[in-house]
Amino acid sequence: MRIVLNGDCMETADGATVETLLQQLGISRERVAVELNADIVPKAGYEKQLLSDDDKIEIVQFVGGG
Amino acid sequence: MAETADKLIIGGREFTSRLMVGTGKYASFEQTARALEISGAEIITVAVRRVNLDRSKESLLDYIDPKKYTLLPNTAGCYTADDAVRTCRLAREAGMSDFVKLEVLGDEKTLFPDNEELLKAAKILVAEGFTVLPYCSDDVIVCKKLEDLGCAAVMPLGAPIGSGLGIRNPYNIRIILENVSIPVIVDAGVGSASDAAIAMELGCAGVLMNTAIAGAQDPIAMAEAMKLAVIAGRLSFKAGRIPRKLYANASSPLDGLIG
Repeated sequence: MRIVLNGDCMETADGATVETLLQQLGISRERVAVELNADIVPKAGYEKQLLSDDDKIEIVQFVGGG
Repeated sequence: MAETADKLIIGGREFTSRLMVGTGKYASFEQTARALEISGAEIITVAVRRVNLDRSKESLLDYIDPKKYTLLPNTAGCYTADDAVRTCRLAREAGMSDFVKLEVLGDEKTLFPDNEELLKAAKILVAEGFTVLPYCSDDVIVCKKLEDLGCAAVMPLGAPIGSGLGIRNPYNIRIILENVSIPVIVDAGVGSASDAAIAMELGCAGVLMNTAIAGAQDPIAMAEAMKLAVIAGRLSFKAGRIPRKLYANASSPLDGLIG
């Protein structure tokens, strides 16, 4: 299926969850926050949260800033 | 002695250092980490941005231990209350802390706060349990409104962000200090150590800066200078300065002069 991740389209497997997406991207869940269609997905829900075609996902982290 | 007893309390948390430092604009992550260490800062600001999907690139938190510092995520780059609130919610989820530096900007050229949107965002965030530290104008009315909304501190600007112009209106900062009871932290505008000392001598609870350190020719040396300036300014404020007088007042006794 096709999702929109941080503004760019990408392919991910059917049945993917937030957890499997993070694994696919090699991102540690500890240091990020995830939004699915503008709602925050709590960390405890990553494994259960299924993704659907055309979902818009934002994954953010802390970067240097003032 | 004076320093150890003189704690800064924000949102129920106790801090020894009154210098808060940003983590942007350094030449490298190594330099960021070293400058933070030397500055003695306990609260450091970070921005919230999309992850870099190129995992070969390192990130800030590979160099900075989040357990060692209180991370203060900012809402830099937000121009509406909605964007700022959304960013704060993401920051809380990423950092598992409710401390946020709330900034809602009004204009790209000045980066001055949009106080109307700021108040709107502060109200929502306080209701959602955030510990809100808002970057705001050096305007006592806005500061009082932010205090009434339940913000943990107010952070009036000394001058525009990154300008290094110093404390442009010390009288406004004094008026704010006299009229709010939450900590007043000068955020933005500091260029040199003397600017930081002036903010502290006015009676501010702390100073937050980024460019003044990161943009200095030697950021590590400037980090130390800022640490000492904030300590010196605080001690000077607590010690109570002499009144200003127009004419001289001799320091040496007049009795016993020869001749």
